[in-house]
Amino acid sequence: MTAVLTGLDIAHRIEEQSPGAVADAAPEAATIVPARLGDVCRYLRDDPGLRFEFLSSLTAVDRLEYFEVVYHLESLRLNLITVIKVRTFDRDNPVAPSVCAVWPGANLQEREAYDLMGIYFEGHPDLRRIFLWEGFAGHPLRKDFLNLPGARMAGLERFPGEPGGPLEGRG
Amino acid sequence: MTLKSEPFVVNLGPQHPSTHGVFRLRLTLDGERIIDADMVMGYLHRSMEKLAEERTYTQNIPFTDRTDYLAAMTGNLAYVMAVEKLMGIEPPERALWLRTIMSELQRFASHCMAIGIFANDCGAWQTPVMHMFRDREKILDLFEMACGARLTLNYMRIGGVSRDIPPEFIPAARKLMQDLPRRLAEYESLLLDNEIIVARSRGIGVLTPEEAMAYSVSGPLLRASGVAWDIRTADPYAAYDKVDFDIAVGTSGDVYDRFVVRLAEMRQSLRILEQALDMMPSGPIHARLPTATAQPGDAPVAPLALRPPVGEAYARIESPRGELGFYLVSDGGPAPFRFHIRSPSFINLSALKKMTVGVTVADAIVILGSVDIVVGEVDR
Repeated sequence: MTAVLTGLDIAHRIEEQSPGAVADAAPEAATIVPARLGDVCRYLRDDPGLRFEFLSSLTAVDRLEYFEVVYHLESLRLNLITVIKVRTFDRDNPVAPSVCAVWPGANLQEREAYDLMGIYFEGHPDLRRIFLWEGFAGHPLRKDFLNLPGARMAGLERFPGEPGGPLEGRG
Repeated sequence: MTLKSEPFVVNLGPQHPSTHGVFRLRLTLDGERIIDADMVMGYLHRSMEKLAEERTYTQNIPFTDRTDYLAAMTGNLAYVMAVEKLMGIEPPERALWLRTIMSELQRFASHCMAIGIFANDCGAWQTPVMHMFRDREKILDLFEMACGARLTLNYMRIGGVSRDIPPEFIPAARKLMQDLPRRLAEYESLLLDNEIIVARSRGIGVLTPEEAMAYSVSGPLLRASGVAWDIRTADPYAAYDKVDFDIAVGTSGDVYDRFVVRLAEMRQSLRILEQALDMMPSGPIHARLPTATAQPGDAPVAPLALRPPVGEAYARIESPRGELGFYLVSDGGPAPFRFHIRSPSFINLSALKKMTVGVTVADAIVILGSVDIVVGEVDR
């Protein structure tokens, strides 16, 4: 059975190793200070008691006030699982550090998060759109992409490329 | 003196018989050697993750059929498990066994396709595929008995499964369990020592265990590299903790080992199925849901107005292609706030460039075949 390291557990370990690297800790995940992410990831990967060598999933969530990049980590040797997060608050230009240097498997997943959520991963070797084409207006997974009924934020008036006047709103 | 030619770009796909769907590989060649491989995808991007944010939790189940359409059962299962985790629902025992049976039938059917098409890529044109299709059809017949559909099954429900199996299912399944080991032995003798397959796949596309883990590769690819990691045993779900089976592991991490691991997994699937058909208890197939009070008894359909509490959940299973995970974020509303699919087809492609640079074009086709992508799941 896989042991789950809760956000509080992992935050405690990280804080012991590199004080000041944890921005916030909740039972679901530990939130890391973006500038310290590289060091923290290297520690999580290389520490003999953790060995998180497998980046299971990397994705981004639009939490309205901020964007969150979510990393699900697995240790195949020790059968552990944990979640860490990074927050970025600038809606117009959200930036998060790339973890490609730590886990090469992050490459395509970071491109996906850039394409669909518009998060710029600093240090990514080849950050291009992956599913949509270059020049596509906006990032569809953002909550302000389209003006939908009951939408939480104002967005584009219509789908990019559809005829009917200039586009309004942000995307 | 070494001769060097001008780099030459070849587009493999998007319409090409060996790209397994609308997937394009842009190869830069020096002579016949690949010096760069760029994946171009998105031809089948249907924005599932965005669509799911506008639909209720139950309405999203059919979408999960249409990501990995060769393994709809496992797509359903991973999603409903994530919702159950979010809401703290425990499905009844019989539902767990039905899920196990369906998942293993699906794994067998999906590996039939993987192996048949892989043999196609190696140059065994159509004959192995047709053999494999014959067995896959029998499994699809069972699915049709259980839920009325053959491809997009929509069988799993939040809290259980949509309906119990009909009385004719078990005899038909037992009959199939008698036939399939013999067929499998036939395929093993036909393909395992096949000179062409061995020549085309031995020592090609090698991933070391460290590389496989670093590139987040999962499923048969990871196991072929020698990492004995299977979520069915590492973190058992459904009824996998009650059945006995072995993890198929390769040694060299090449294309041939992936093919051998898939064949061995089909044997193990039959082992699991035989035990499951014997051990499945009777009883309800659907849990009572927190909001299901207005529905009578064990209502098979999860209510549309399911509202999980605020929070997030990540559930993962061993799909035929690897680790299939669903990450759901709930804001307490009737639709997911965020719906993310950790798709094994997509993430296994992370290592494609690593495997193809340096080999010839013909090998690249075999390597892509060994990854066993389903483009519906790559692009989502």
